[in-house]
Amino acid sequence: MLWNLPYIVVVLLAIIGLATILLKRNLIKIFLGVSILTSAVNLFIIVLGYRENSIAPIYTYAPSLNMALPTPQALCLTSIVIGVATSALMLSFAVIIHRYYGTVNVDEIRELKE
Amino acid sequence: MRRELSVLIMIILAIFLFIMAAGFTFGSPLETDMDDYFIMNGQEQIATNNIVTTIVFDYRGFDTLGESTVLFTAVIGVALMFRMIVRGDSDENE
Amino acid sequence: MRMSKIVRFCADMLYPAIVIFGLYVIMHGHITPGGGFQGGAVVATAAALVIVAYSYEEIQGMLSKFLLQIQESAGLVMFAGVALIAIGLGTTFFYNYLANSGLLFGMSVPFGPNPGELNTGGFLPLMNIAVGIEVWGGLAIVILYLLSGIPKEGT
Repeated sequence: MLWNLPYIVVVLLAIIGLATILLKRNLIKIFLGVSILTSAVNLFIIVLGYRENSIAPIYTYAPSLNMALPTPQALCLTSIVIGVATSALMLSFAVIIHRYYGTVNVDEIRELKE
Repeated sequence: MRRELSVLIMIILAIFLFIMAAGFTFGSPLETDMDDYFIMNGQEQIATNNIVTTIVFDYRGFDTLGESTVLFTAVIGVALMFRMIVRGDSDENE
Repeated sequence: MRMSKIVRFCADMLYPAIVIFGLYVIMHGHITPGGGFQGGAVVATAAALVIVAYSYEEIQGMLSKFLLQIQESAGLVMFAGVALIAIGLGTTFFYNYLANSGLLFGMSVPFGPNPGELNTGGFLPLMNIAVGIEVWGGLAIVILYLLSGIPKEGT
């Protein structure tokens, strides 16, 4: 099982993120779960593009020409920035909800709405 | 009840994903034609040493344009929401 | 709630160093690891350091939200504008009209590992600068607004 250990880590991270989203009742923890899920996806994309004994695809003083695939890294860069944007938006939603309802617990917010 | 259902769904999903993960092989991607083209021709076409920057800003420039727009929109949304808060409290002069 | 004088002094000393390192990462994005997003995030870290060391009222004199918004918009407009110039030159959108042209950033690169030359890359350094400015302004303004959501002490 050790030869594809990175994929196992990806699955573990994804399950941890999903469990945090589904089982926790605190909004901040739910948003942390979304961030963990994003990290799992980023790690999956990066791991898909790795060749054995390869270096980063940068030619400045490169020791060899066996380079990792550059397209997954570029897509992962895009994904990271979008993750930052969404987490900023989600955290400000949490601040707004705490201002209006006085709590960030999902169940209490649902009761307060009615 | 709902909690047990979500735990059950997660366990099934975990088993499914672990079976899928065991099928991958780490370190040898199958389709590499496009990336080999970028590695071999990027330096000559774009005159850049960093192939990742070449892909981000040139070969896939539209992606980066949309990504910048997403970041901009998110910041505008944060600014709008916090302005609403500050107006509502009216103890802070913007 | 400002921190002690030691923390404020260290933040003052570290601020230019972090900004210069971030600008280095932005400027060398086409020959070394890094680029606009990473360098912009590093520079925004400097803003976060100053925000941690000082209080919110003092910060408002140093970092203006209006100027940061202008900076972010200018980054996006510069990004799209550099790409739009290609249409004016009779080529397609996002065509790299500066690469291998001999003009600004127009030197060509031999194939294979080489020491790296700053004056290469076509419009990629301009794009890196534009995105770096945008990410700098965007992240700093997000941190500033998140800080302004904290209720005042005593209320």
